[in-house]
Amino acid sequence: MSRNVITIDANEAVAHVAYRLNEVIAIYPITPSSGMGELADEWSAKRIPNIWGTVPLVVEMQSEGGAAGAVHGALQTGSLSTTFTASQGLLLMIPNMYKIAGELTPTVFHVSARTVATHALSIFGDHSDVMATRQTGWALLASRSVQEAHDNALIAQAATLESRVPFLHFFDGFRTSHEINKIEFLSEDDLRAMINYELVSQHRARALSPDHPVIRGTAQNPDVFFQSRERCNPYYQACPEIVQKVMDRFAQLTGRQYHLFDYAGAPDAERVIILMGSGAETAEETARYLMERGEKVGVVTVHLYRPFSARHLLGVLPATVRKIAVLDRTKEPGAAGEPLYEDVVAAVYEGLNQGFAPFSQAPVIVGGRYGLSSKEFTPAMVKAVFDELKQDLPRNHFTVGIEDDVTHLSLAYDPSFSIEDPQTVRCVFFGLGADGTVSANKNSIKIIGEETDNYAQGYFVYDSKKSGSVTISHLRFGPKPIRAPYLIGEGDANFVACHQFSFLERLDVLKYAKPGGVFLLNSIYPADKVWDELPREVQEAIIAKKLRFYVIDAYEVANKTGMGGRINTIMQTCFFAISGVLPQEEAIAQIKKSIQKTYGKRGEAVVQRNFAAVDQALAHLQEVKVPDKVTANRTRRKPVADEAPEFVRETLAPMMIFEGDRLPVSKLPADGTFPTGTAKWEKRNIALEIPVWDPEVCIQCGKCVMVCPHAVIRMKVYDPKYLENAPATFKSTDARFKEFPGMKYTLQVSPEDCTGCALCVEACPAKNKSQVGLKAINMAPQPPLREQERENWEFFLSLPEVDRTAISVSTVKNSQLLEPLFEFSGACAGCGETPYLKLMSQLFGDRVVIANATGCSSIYGGNLPTTPWTFNREGRGPAWSNSLFEDNAEFGLGMRLTIDKQTEFARELLQSLAAEVGESLVDAILNADQRSEAGIREQRQRVALLKERLAGIKDFRARLLMDVADFLVRKSVWIVGGDGWAYDIGYGGLDHVLASGRDVNILVLDTEVYSNTGGQASKATPRAAVAKFAANGKGLPKKDLGLIAMTYGYVYVAKVAMGANDQHTLRAFLEADAYEGPSLIIAYSHCIAHGIDMRKGLDQQKLAVQAGVWPLFRYNPMLLEEGKNPLVLDSKEPSIPVSEYAYNETRYRMLTQSDEQRAEMLLKAAQEDVKRRWLQYKQMAEMIMRINGNGHEGVPAQD
Amino acid sequence: MVDLSTRYLGLELKNPLVASASPLSKKLDGIRRLEDAGVSAVVMYSLFEEQIVHESLALDHYLTRGSDSFAEALTYFPDLGRYNVGPEGYLELIRKAKESVGIPIIGSLNGVSSGGWIEYARLIQEAGADALELNLYYLPTDPALTAAELEANYVGLVADIHKQIRIPLAVKLSPFFTALPHFAQQMVQAGAKGLVLFNRFYQPDFDIETLEVVPSLVLSTSEELRLPLRWIAILYGRVAADMALSSGVHTGQDVIKALMAGAKVAMTTSALLKHGLKRAGEILQEMQAWMETFEYQSVQQMIGSMSQQAVAEPAAFERANYMKALLTYDNRLIY
Repeated sequence: MSRNVITIDANEAVAHVAYRLNEVIAIYPITPSSGMGELADEWSAKRIPNIWGTVPLVVEMQSEGGAAGAVHGALQTGSLSTTFTASQGLLLMIPNMYKIAGELTPTVFHVSARTVATHALSIFGDHSDVMATRQTGWALLASRSVQEAHDNALIAQAATLESRVPFLHFFDGFRTSHEINKIEFLSEDDLRAMINYELVSQHRARALSPDHPVIRGTAQNPDVFFQSRERCNPYYQACPEIVQKVMDRFAQLTGRQYHLFDYAGAPDAERVIILMGSGAETAEETARYLMERGEKVGVVTVHLYRPFSARHLLGVLPATVRKIAVLDRTKEPGAAGEPLYEDVVAAVYEGLNQGFAPFSQAPVIVGGRYGLSSKEFTPAMVKAVFDELKQDLPRNHFTVGIEDDVTHLSLAYDPSFSIEDPQTVRCVFFGLGADGTVSANKNSIKIIGEETDNYAQGYFVYDSKKSGSVTISHLRFGPKPIRAPYLIGEGDANFVACHQFSFLERLDVLKYAKPGGVFLLNSIYPADKVWDELPREVQEAIIAKKLRFYVIDAYEVANKTGMGGRINTIMQTCFFAISGVLPQEEAIAQIKKSIQKTYGKRGEAVVQRNFAAVDQALAHLQEVKVPDKVTANRTRRKPVADEAPEFVRETLAPMMIFEGDRLPVSKLPADGTFPTGTAKWEKRNIALEIPVWDPEVCIQCGKCVMVCPHAVIRMKVYDPKYLENAPATFKSTDARFKEFPGMKYTLQVSPEDCTGCALCVEACPAKNKSQVGLKAINMAPQPPLREQERENWEFFLSLPEVDRTAISVSTVKNSQLLEPLFEFSGACAGCGETPYLKLMSQLFGDRVVIANATGCSSIYGGNLPTTPWTFNREGRGPAWSNSLFEDNAEFGLGMRLTIDKQTEFARELLQSLAAEVGESLVDAILNADQRSEAGIREQRQRVALLKERLAGIKDFRARLLMDVADFLVRKSVWIVGGDGWAYDIGYGGLDHVLASGRDVNILVLDTEVYSNTGGQASKATPRAAVAKFAANGKGLPKKDLGLIAMTYGYVYVAKVAMGANDQHTLRAFLEADAYEGPSLIIAYSHCIAHGIDMRKGLDQQKLAVQAGVWPLFRYNPMLLEEGKNPLVLDSKEPSIPVSEYAYNETRYRMLTQSDEQRAEMLLKAAQEDVKRRWLQYKQMAEMIMRINGNGHEGVPAQD
Repeated sequence: MVDLSTRYLGLELKNPLVASASPLSKKLDGIRRLEDAGVSAVVMYSLFEEQIVHESLALDHYLTRGSDSFAEALTYFPDLGRYNVGPEGYLELIRKAKESVGIPIIGSLNGVSSGGWIEYARLIQEAGADALELNLYYLPTDPALTAAELEANYVGLVADIHKQIRIPLAVKLSPFFTALPHFAQQMVQAGAKGLVLFNRFYQPDFDIETLEVVPSLVLSTSEELRLPLRWIAILYGRVAADMALSSGVHTGQDVIKALMAGAKVAMTTSALLKHGLKRAGEILQEMQAWMETFEYQSVQQMIGSMSQQAVAEPAAFERANYMKALLTYDNRLIY
């Protein structure tokens, strides 16, 4: 039977099978598995049926724990049900997994295996998550490639139905889940042939039904639990054989034969590596290569890891084996060894004892770790392991792929060792996220894979920035199947393309180039001028490697053809033209065909623009005649300035230029603790334009400073004397602050940290009276301003900060004189969240501890290499941590508990030491009023004095007090996260923390979707908006978190939108912090996932408030004490229709374009929601709150 | 019983009141209600060339932006399959309207270039439209562009569209042509069977507090009738086209004036937006009552009866008329 051949990634390959074999699918987003749930939701929305002709019901849950629970229930009532997850998500499913297995329920969970967070979170792949489920009683089936993942998704389903053991089918996160490869697609007939409906019917017959009632999930006592637990043994004993039989049937059907353990290598191998996942493919290919060169080596790929069949394992090992290395892609500190290693040791021991081993003498078995968090695992590393096995006493518990200079466990390897097939063409592309390089390459891979006889593979590397991110695409294609799940190595690429000229100044792009290869550069300089513009290293590499060198001014072509910044199709056309993978005309025809397919549904205009870009590209492609000598004196820029601290230079800088793999173990902290204040060293220079200040027009209102998401525009008021040493172009004007007569004022931009989002210009209320198109700040090209403004910025930083005690910060203008302690994050340009965090850092940053839920804010806040959280000149600043996604409120509460306890302890100690310390100081400290900045400063001075005195006191209590004395100065706890956390996964905890009555401040950065994982719906998603997992438009209204919180009566609640009313936002932050109980601020955060012009984010906030979609209010329990209504509605009655706000946003608009009727129906309902909520709030705000004329009794006691 | 029927673009209409292009025809239900209200034909809302292009490019921009940049969020929106950014929704509405109502449906295209989009004219015909109105709505801002060039473009465009279709074509003009009769003549020669006078331009306003240019749409009043009235009166009998008067039709008397000037039909929207669809019936009643009072038997009887060629004083439409108006105005001041 001939099957379709398609080029897709493993997430899609698996989803295609899982979707067609299930009826109820419960989903929750988590990287890197989200793609599977997204596809299932899309297909369900498009009414695509499963193999039984019904459309699977796809439901999003509030967490992975919820998804597992829903699946459990669906299974119990007789559905075929599945879910997709990874990492922490899988951990949350474990309790249900025990139950599902204990009840012998057939199901398959598909897992893109990902690192479990330890000292740090990582979104990348290893087996630490699946290994944490190996005790649950689930079968674990591992796939090592896209094709295998596709196949095993089906094998697992067939096997679980027959064995009744639930299956966890896994494949490596990113490396396999996101690798695009050419596979043979299983047809519906294949699926039907493999799934025995009789078994489905039996599953249904076991279901809970009032028509034939049973109970399941009993509680058992010591008398029978143990026996019951052993009752399942026959099922587990039978399972491996069942799986093998299914695999055999599958082989008959498709020709692809799998085994529980697959051996590849020399039949007389002496040295064998055992491992699973994508690394096994690399190991197998390397073993084959070495075997062809006479080495007696082999590799065992583990497919069925649980139930672990020792007999099957030993059955495939050659009798000649003398040494075995077992490689685990996980780490279990403190264990006797990693799990697969322990299993192999036990299996060999049993095999020898019980006589089923192929050998009579025990081989040497060692264990090693590799590939944690998608660390590269290359043939060179495999060879290093085989080489180690040549030793008489090979090292045990080794690592490979890193340099461990601390415990010296790592094996050395030769990075130049390569087994690449000469017939395979290898290409590396450097691009910007925004320029479309990755999209173009995904497209090219599809063209090559599906329109030619070639096999093709694509894998994409991204940095962790959400603006100005660098992407590196690794493409392979050739006549043989590509089994190389690792990046293209240095010196291995036939073709290197650099889509951004500026990268040449920072990154060593040509290290990938193979001698005699091709280098394609997007350059504003034509072929006859470009040479002298190249950095010295680039010239040297081109000459030394004898590269053929091409240039194209892709941005010029893009401009001419209306493509803007998208150069994808232009560079793609050049790639095809130079690489010759297809005849030119055919290549162009294929590119156009794929453009039609990809963009056709978005309208003819899009297609025509892309066509024009393709047509113009070739005319602009030029080959450069490479001179024979190096002419440049200019070298690549250092990643950070020489003045940067050593840790930044030595540890963080290599990460900034994609050289982090080279860092040895000793360079990294043992416990995941990093310094703050490091983002300022990156100087990413990503803005094409930056704001330029016009002092004549400026009214010094501070609005631009307040809204700047990146803290790159700042203002200072200072004594004129400081201007003496100012650079020539430094701008200054008379300060217009009543607190600062005779002072000077400057608004300054950091040119190298700005992202060019222009939010500041939008926020500026001052217009030039002679030319209203100009404001007090106006965008201008960055390059000509860079040097001058860099110098001005440095000078500006050297000016003294404003005296925090000298001003009242209750106005926007004054508050923006405060130094931000959150700066230069890698958030999206124009981010709607970061201005709130920056404001918080300005107001309370020098005394704040932050608990940050996983999400966008934890990524731009704490993803290496640098952090935007920073400190002031006194060394004080926010202390920040991320625990998990689901537990953030509790995590923050724990911080508060420490502060409360240690403060109490400090006060107790202080009182007991009053005589030694001095009564008056003790009194002053204990009775200090710390409500103002001045009060806090005085208290700090007192505590400093206290510490001086304590140093001279011998009493042990003095030592105790010394450690906790800082708690005598007021501290704030801010609990920060997005709506996914607050409304969904963390809601239970959030509710409990609100109920606790403790003094914590909760800031919900509400983007109304799971932004960080790509825009999945949350309960904060408003009605009528489209989101992933709500592809038909959300049918139900947004959860009213504020209203729920108000029901406690003692929680301060505010709903704010900085773009609508910045003064209101400021006030809410100050009130929340001042309130000595729990506070909740829900902050409208416009987001790239809304599909808006990000420059207009503030306008959208305004419209949201005017439409009543986002009413502004503050609920202050303190007002109750005054006998007043605690709820103050701070926005006016809705004055515009919801449509006027909503239809500026793609998330709403796209539904009108795909399903106009539903869009209309939902919008009408959304309008009703607004009316109803407004009435409700209005009534609440108008209620008379006097209770017996005496008001409320105040906040509850905190116990 | 007076005979209200008229013939416009070869279409037999039960009366001379036609709904001009407006948001009222954006929904099938609106078109049905217009028929129920008594209008004799509906000009559909306009399919804008720029809007189609813009919607398509904007959708692409926002669906693409941010994609393939960050490992955890390779896209931000689900793939909804097809998007209705082309003319499909519009064409579907015409098809449904033709199935649901008995009155003629006139498609409306708004554009100024001879690009691939004129293909839409044919699609509108295939969807079942009884006629097509081409709305020439363009504000020249380029000082290098001459009137002759612009007019030549228009003529070319009309000719191109005419080639695409068999159904009758009407062209809706703006009043700002230096030599309107000549241009109208050229339109007819290029294939226009009808002329609709005139377009109303959106005239932006200034907000002098925010220093912003604000879009504003003011509904027409009967005062505005006079501009098209004069030009129709001048063109009638000189240019071989069916004319429609659009702008300022609010009362039965307004319709009568339009007809007397030489229009085959009067088009209205503002009156319906202002007073609701029932206004259409009222206008027709007013008209009928007037005709009965003054003993007119048919609409045919009055069409062109006060055109420039038909009035006793043709100069009344020319400069002398202008002077006379000024005089009247002065007199008023004196009293």
